[in-house]
Amino acid sequence: MNNLAKMVPVPSRAIIPERDLGSTPILEVSHLGISFGGLNAVEDFNIIVGRTEIAGLIGPNGAGKTTVFNLLTKVYQPTRGAILLDGKDTAGMSTMQINQAGIARTFQNIRLFQALSVEDNVKIGLHNQFKYSTLNAILRLPRFWDAERKAHDQALELLSIFNMEHMANDTAGSLPYGAQRRLEIVRALATRPSLLLLDEPAAGMNPSETEALMANIIKIRDMFQIAIMLIEHDMRLVMGICEGIAVLNYGKIIAKGTPEEIQANPAVIEAYLGQKKEA
Amino acid sequence: MTFLSYLVSGLSLGSIYAIIALGYTMVYGIAKMLNFAHGDVIMIGGYMSFVATAHLGWPPLASVLLAMLVCTVLGVVIEQLAYKPLRAAPSLAVLITAIGVSYFLQNAALLIWSSNPKSFTSVVRLPSLKLFDGQLTISSVALVTILACVAIIIGLTFIISKTKIGKAMRAVSEDKAAAQLMGINVNQTISVTFAIGSALAAIAGVLLCSAYPILMPTTGAMPGIKAFTAAVFGGIGSIPGAFWGGLLLGLIEIFGKAYISTQLSDAIVFSILILVLLVRPTGLMGRKISEKV
Amino acid sequence: MKLTKTGQKRLVSNSITYGMVVLAFILVQIVDSTGHLTSSLRGQLVPICAYIVMAVSLNLTVGVLGELSLGHAGFMSLGAFSGVIVSLGLRDMVGAGPLRLLAALLVGAVIAGLFGFVVGVPALRLRGDYLAIVTLAFGEIIKNVINTIYVGIGPDGLRVSMSDQASLGLGETGTVILRGPMGAVGVDKLASFGAGIILVLITLFIVLNLVHSRSGRAIMAVRDNRIAAESVGISITRYKLTAFIISAALAGAAGALYALNYSTVVARKFDFNTSILVLVFVVLGGIGNIRGSIIAAAVLTVLPEMLRAFNDYRMLAYAIILILVMLTSNNDRLKQLRWRFIARFRRGTPQQEVDHE
Repeated sequence: MNNLAKMVPVPSRAIIPERDLGSTPILEVSHLGISFGGLNAVEDFNIIVGRTEIAGLIGPNGAGKTTVFNLLTKVYQPTRGAILLDGKDTAGMSTMQINQAGIARTFQNIRLFQALSVEDNVKIGLHNQFKYSTLNAILRLPRFWDAERKAHDQALELLSIFNMEHMANDTAGSLPYGAQRRLEIVRALATRPSLLLLDEPAAGMNPSETEALMANIIKIRDMFQIAIMLIEHDMRLVMGICEGIAVLNYGKIIAKGTPEEIQANPAVIEAYLGQKKEA
Repeated sequence: MTFLSYLVSGLSLGSIYAIIALGYTMVYGIAKMLNFAHGDVIMIGGYMSFVATAHLGWPPLASVLLAMLVCTVLGVVIEQLAYKPLRAAPSLAVLITAIGVSYFLQNAALLIWSSNPKSFTSVVRLPSLKLFDGQLTISSVALVTILACVAIIIGLTFIISKTKIGKAMRAVSEDKAAAQLMGINVNQTISVTFAIGSALAAIAGVLLCSAYPILMPTTGAMPGIKAFTAAVFGGIGSIPGAFWGGLLLGLIEIFGKAYISTQLSDAIVFSILILVLLVRPTGLMGRKISEKV
Repeated sequence: MKLTKTGQKRLVSNSITYGMVVLAFILVQIVDSTGHLTSSLRGQLVPICAYIVMAVSLNLTVGVLGELSLGHAGFMSLGAFSGVIVSLGLRDMVGAGPLRLLAALLVGAVIAGLFGFVVGVPALRLRGDYLAIVTLAFGEIIKNVINTIYVGIGPDGLRVSMSDQASLGLGETGTVILRGPMGAVGVDKLASFGAGIILVLITLFIVLNLVHSRSGRAIMAVRDNRIAAESVGISITRYKLTAFIISAALAGAAGALYALNYSTVVARKFDFNTSILVLVFVVLGGIGNIRGSIIAAAVLTVLPEMLRAFNDYRMLAYAIILILVMLTSNNDRLKQLRWRFIARFRRGTPQQEVDHE
């Protein structure tokens, strides 16, 4: 690193929805990067996400999309770059602290608490919403009953977003695939995030399920007034609900823009066609 | 001079631990299980050699071969009867079964040979080596033990890197399903691993009893635990790890006894183990485990 | 408060667990009063209670937190010896036996809990077999260190030495409590079956209430999926330590109860084999199944006594039973048969329930 050089901010050609212009963007990422064994998995990643934006992150398999999510949630600590959440630097935070600061996520390979009930999965998401000490729990003090009742009501209310209340007592691992994906979203929402990261939410869903999911993602944004960033291969979903889209290839952003701009971008078409040729 | 003699006893004890640890680590690497009965196979090896020399009047080398043969068969039989049916079972179930096998071997030995300690005559009947005008005496058992350990590690490295069965072992330890798809007989490979590990245990048993000539049904228990510790110390699943882990553990134990405290030697060994694991959570030569998210 | 469906089920299940313990106590009292209790079985009553507490507390680590521990007897040992020291130390000040027992149990729990924290810290960095070996090492260290400690009470209070009895310098008025490898001698037998049952009930109260709470859910979340748990804002550190400390403290109390049932206690009693024995209770009773732990601990403590008829063969039989139980309980074909059998009784579909109790 050269200490003498004067660093200047690089304009990232960011776009955000007009309605979010007046407030601090929920996410500002600059020059984010990570290397694994000398290989740059993600390099110079820049993005700005508006406060109520639905943003898309797309790209061919192995482009580094999930790695970006892992960097944002500090599952991996970035080698380079800065992540500002609601204008505040997140350097040095742990995954747990990131969640408490406002980012919640789902996982590409579903990570539910398989052996526990659906309701308990959501209640675990509510962990930091209705607090009481272990001593309170063991002695079953009034605080316990009060918080547990509130958590129960809140869990059912959240499940009702996807009409899943009747499944509350089922074991999470026994749910059908689509329901497991939806439960993961509910669990993430339970942590009251201001930014929700969805990693391939429509994977394994049939067209009518995907249709319902698209409506639900918009519903969630409107209900909670939060930003949502999603990774998805289903272009109908991405082009249908995302407002800003970033395209990643070989760890680098190759295009950013509105759905229309992305669809017309030659670099994007090549990245996808090139991949088709290999396959 | 005393330092040198401690060094030799440390290396000798460490060699025994290393030979046992190799069995632990090979079985762990391939079958992904902690074979808690391994220490008791050592004890059976000791008794076999004892019976052959003391009762049947066999020459020492023949008794070692008998011990190896019996332990090899025993190891394979245990694997077939107790562990093979549990391939798909949770690892704790396999662990408890291994503990059951350990109890079984100890109590079977108790019935056959009673709890009275047998005094074991060393299989190495050579004079001790005297160096520096007799100032340093190295017992022949210690020397043979160290040499045996070095020979074993060289032989094992050769088998694993050069032979067909060695390649099969590596493949099974990397990915059982993929190995099966490549036409490798997984069950046979696991059996061979148990056979090799148990034959090594027999050698370790004979050497252990030659150096510390008291034989009881529980003789294998503590060295078993120590060798298991050595395997983890070196990084379980790693063959060089088991070798260096064993040697280091033996050295720490002997030097701890000599220079710090005789009574607290076990506490010293285990404290160092904990410290090492805190700095290197997967042992000295263990592979870093990373989870795919 | 209105209970939910799961809440009701849980209440019934917990009541069965507590009821079972109380019923067992009453039954034993009846059998004893009619003179049908053999003296060897009577001698087993307090150890059974101690082992139940050990099994239930280990289940918290192994079943609920999902970490393998091979050194649970180490915590029992700490509780046993600190309990003995406290009970003898208070002999002149507190006359009432039950009060001294209570003090011994509490101190035993606190000391073991502190060490639970000490072991819990490396546990944060390690996983699986590497953590298991650290717990094993811890158990061995405790055994080894206690074997070299001498403790006595002089006129000016407690004296501790690491070399020998003479160096305690107690003079004529003092009493020696702990004699290194000889262990503690002259222990007052303060423990009783009633006290043991109360400790079992308290243990159940603590563990069951913990499991079905915010903290318990967080511990199970860490077990089921560490990364997901972190991603919803759960502190892995905090809940791993919580489970470790509570588990260790309960084992400490069990140790104090156990020790105060005998006049002599040695550190060798709490070795690796004891840790393994308790682990066997937990696995045979069902991992995460608290009621199963109680039954397994009681049955398997009595079983070797029952097998006394076989004399020399009893431990061999025990080993064979252990292996066979593991083989049959993990056999898929037998598992299916069992479910079909249960289904016929329930006249419903074979449904595999996840039972937390």
